[in-house]
Amino acid sequence: MARFNVLEHQMVPEHYLLSLEEEKEVLKQLNITRDQLPKLRMSDPAVRILRRIETDVKEGRIVRIIRESQTAGQTIIYRLLIRG
Amino acid sequence: MTRGISKTIDSIKFGLISPDEIRKMSATKVITADTYGDDGFPIELGLMDPHMGVIEPGLRCKTCGKRVEECPGHFGHIDLAMPVVHVGFIKDIKKLLQGTCGSCGRLLLTNEEIKEYMELISKTKELGADAIDMSVLTKDIAKDAATRRICPHCGAEQLKITLDKPTTFREAGHKLTPKEIRERLERIPDGDLPALGINPKTARPEWMILTSLPVPPVTVRPSITLESGDRSEDDLTHKLVDILRINQRLRENRDAGSPQLIVEDLWELLQYHISTYFDNQTAGIPPARHRSGRPLKTLVQRLKGKEGRFRSNLSGKRVNFSARTVISPDPILSINQVGVPEAASRELTVPFRVTANTIDLAKEMVRRGPSPEGVKYIPGVNYVIRPDGRRIKVTERNRETVSENLTIGSTVERQLMDGDIVLFNRQPSLHRMSMMAHEVRVMPHKTFRFNLCVCPPYNADFDGDEMNLHVLQSEEARAEAKIIMRVQENILSPRFGGPVIGGIHDHISGAFMLTYKNPLFTEDESVRILSKVKLLDLPEPSEIIDGVEYWRGKELFSLILPNDLNMSFRSSICEKCDVCTREKCEYDAYVRIKEGKLLVGTIDENAIGAFKGKLLDKIARDYGSDAAREFLDQATQIALGAIMVRGFTTGIDDEDIPKEAQNKIEAMLEDAKKEVDDLVQAYHDGLLEPMPGRSLEETLEVRAMSVLGRARDEAGQIAGQFLGMDNAAVRMARSGARGSMLNLSQMAGSIGQQAVRGERLSRGYWGRTLPHFKEGDLGSEAKGFVKNSYKSGLEPTEFFFHSMGGREGLVDTAVRTSRSGYMQRRLINALEDLKVIKNGRVVNTAGTIIQFLYGEDGTDPSRSVQGDAVRVDDVLREVLGDEVTDEMIELSMAGYGTYDRDMESFDTDEFDIENDEEGGD
Ligand SMILES: [Mg+2]
Ligand SMILES: [Zn+2]
Ligand SMILES: [Zn+2]
Ligand SMILES: [Zn+2]
Repeated sequence: MARFNVLEHQMVPEHYLLSLEEEKEVLKQLNITRDQLPKLRMSDPAVRILRRIETDVKEGRIVRIIRESQTAGQTIIYRLLIRG
Repeated sequence: MTRGISKTIDSIKFGLISPDEIRKMSATKVITADTYGDDGFPIELGLMDPHMGVIEPGLRCKTCGKRVEECPGHFGHIDLAMPVVHVGFIKDIKKLLQGTCGSCGRLLLTNEEIKEYMELISKTKELGADAIDMSVLTKDIAKDAATRRICPHCGAEQLKITLDKPTTFREAGHKLTPKEIRERLERIPDGDLPALGINPKTARPEWMILTSLPVPPVTVRPSITLESGDRSEDDLTHKLVDILRINQRLRENRDAGSPQLIVEDLWELLQYHISTYFDNQTAGIPPARHRSGRPLKTLVQRLKGKEGRFRSNLSGKRVNFSARTVISPDPILSINQVGVPEAASRELTVPFRVTANTIDLAKEMVRRGPSPEGVKYIPGVNYVIRPDGRRIKVTERNRETVSENLTIGSTVERQLMDGDIVLFNRQPSLHRMSMMAHEVRVMPHKTFRFNLCVCPPYNADFDGDEMNLHVLQSEEARAEAKIIMRVQENILSPRFGGPVIGGIHDHISGAFMLTYKNPLFTEDESVRILSKVKLLDLPEPSEIIDGVEYWRGKELFSLILPNDLNMSFRSSICEKCDVCTREKCEYDAYVRIKEGKLLVGTIDENAIGAFKGKLLDKIARDYGSDAAREFLDQATQIALGAIMVRGFTTGIDDEDIPKEAQNKIEAMLEDAKKEVDDLVQAYHDGLLEPMPGRSLEETLEVRAMSVLGRARDEAGQIAGQFLGMDNAAVRMARSGARGSMLNLSQMAGSIGQQAVRGERLSRGYWGRTLPHFKEGDLGSEAKGFVKNSYKSGLEPTEFFFHSMGGREGLVDTAVRTSRSGYMQRRLINALEDLKVIKNGRVVNTAGTIIQFLYGEDGTDPSRSVQGDAVRVDDVLREVLGDEVTDEMIELSMAGYGTYDRDMESFDTDEFDIENDEEGGD
């Protein structure tokens, strides 16, 4: 079966796994604790692809999502990986 | 008024109540199923035992000694002869039975697995999981445990446990009694419970099996005395009587050593009564009924649904200081005002504190009493609240003495007066503009009155609509309402960044008559028009013809424009010519305002209308809400002045067209009919070429629809040629005041094809719509084409077809409103706890970020220019001046095109009042 990569689809925004150092930086810059971040489930199709590319994709890691925004042109958001 | 000690709630903990606790908090044991004795007094140890509180005035509670109003009521309890399952916890009991060992009671996971799961739980919690996430996790753990066939602790084999709805558990087919279930649950050690999402300190699982039942205080289930003198008991009391009776019989039979079968039957009956006592709509149980056949309202029914405690008494309540009556229009009022009837004003009060500064005023007001006499309305006082909290009703008789004795520190509840801030609301409250703050104007007669510009946000008309009014009771509330809820602060809508409040109907017709082709007005007329606004001086006359002074309409309108206003835009009457000649537009459709002077163009819907008013939008944005309110008040007044000076009327003769035009339309429709007949013939002969992706039948339908659609448009066009700008109906349609050219062409030309679900009519009889036609007739008349106009009148068949099309419209609106109501409710439930905090983030009450920057660009849509934070055109214009930028803007006109289209979609659908007119109000 040919495997389909959702990240290559034009409607799917870019997903990046943050390194541990980046995580620290981002949390400091946002001045929040990890649990305040919006969530992203491990079962999310984009995360499943991410697991193929990156090592150590697990609960508690942070994903940076860059997407086109109708109002702001481009917007960067962060999501916390959780169970499910 | 005495107040208790106030405490702040720090947190709320939910748990299970243990049998010990039930007995401990019980004021009395309930044994007898009887309520009242022959003497009419409640029986001791009965369901109405005075230890559980009192409901009759005069009696005292036997627990706390207080009277009716003061005693809050006290719980009692029933000791059950045999344990019974609590229906509300069926799912949890199942989870526990299946996930734990039948013999040793341990969780069916190894100690290492439990440890791992506990770590997972604490980590998930750490990552900000909410209650739902946690319950999913613990459910997954329980599911995992339920798969084990052998207990890892004692090695016992696990039998399959199934739930026989609603309350029976079976182990490999053998029935488990509640007693056995309770014993099993008791065996589960505290340490294994957290992994299943249970805190053993607040909820031991065996408490889910009832051994004693709390009896709610009598104040919760008061009996009522009917006129006949008979007592009628509450549904809960009825249910408790059943429980007590069966409990008693069960105990007797068990103690007497009756056959197991009889005991089991009674036990099951007790289970039934207790299950329905909690929830009388449990699936699989027939609901307990009254003798009349009405199902009993038990505990769950009291709480659940629209009429339940939560939605009907806690989320929404009936309130004091409010009024409701029919609304009617008053074009003289400012948009900020609301006219309140005197009768309502006398009932509604505003409290104010008596201080050294206000005591003289307060005494004077109290002296007036509750109904001051006089031609003019002056506010009186209904109540005085003394510093000790005692509330005194001011009457005609005591007003003098109450006034004399008034002291500093009292509160006076004075009647409504001009200038008070109130909230005004029309249901359905679909957006924030459905509830706005208005200033009171006390007026004679019995309706609430407000300016017509405020109709669109409330979606109000005056065909019997009623509205609610709420009087604010604190200084903070009044300040807040005035700053953020006042009508003038809501002119610009957050939905699309344009005005929702603006001129409608005659405002637009009037403005059109004042400015279109710049008419002349005599001194008398000009003074009449300007007298509507508070402009003291008549300007220099624009023209003097034969020694008579005349004023130009555009100059009169310019008087109310800000002096430094510069802008240009196209009027609603714009013909959308291929090349716009702008200032030289022959239709006077290009508006140019320079230095506050209207040079050319017609003021119509595109200037001052709600939703589309560009002029109004610019003034609200650039000059602030005060200026916008003043402009809107004055523009509408001046427009009404113009319409009253000139007069304006429309009637069916506005749709009169000459005989020749009628003949032309007739001939054209005949041609169209022929064309359809030819298509049908071609279809029958098999000569019709099918369109790509469509069947032959579909092709015929599509072609016929397009031919007939074109025919109606052509009829409209022929009629339109004879309906010029001198025609009042056309003026209204073109200026955007009311109606459309389509409406007119349907009145003068032809109504056109009637459709259901976008297709020509086809249902009714076998192979035909009506018995007037032959079976299989596919011609235009047989399939719902109405060639007549509303004016010429419809044939009987046409009338029937028109009703078919009309019915679909009615059904659509009915379905749409109920669906959008439910959608609104779900949306509110999802968004109600979200807020934007200082740094622009959107967070929920748990502090979780929903959006890193509100709307991703941090822009308040009501401060935006049609959604954009800034409009570059406006900035350029301000810096470079009008002339230079015009050309540049011409290049970017494509952008305006989309904007205009967006705007058009707003008013046609949602705010079309036509849809309402058929219904009640
Ligand atoms: Mg109405
Ligand atoms: Zn009491
Ligand atoms: Zn075991
Ligand atoms: Zn034009």
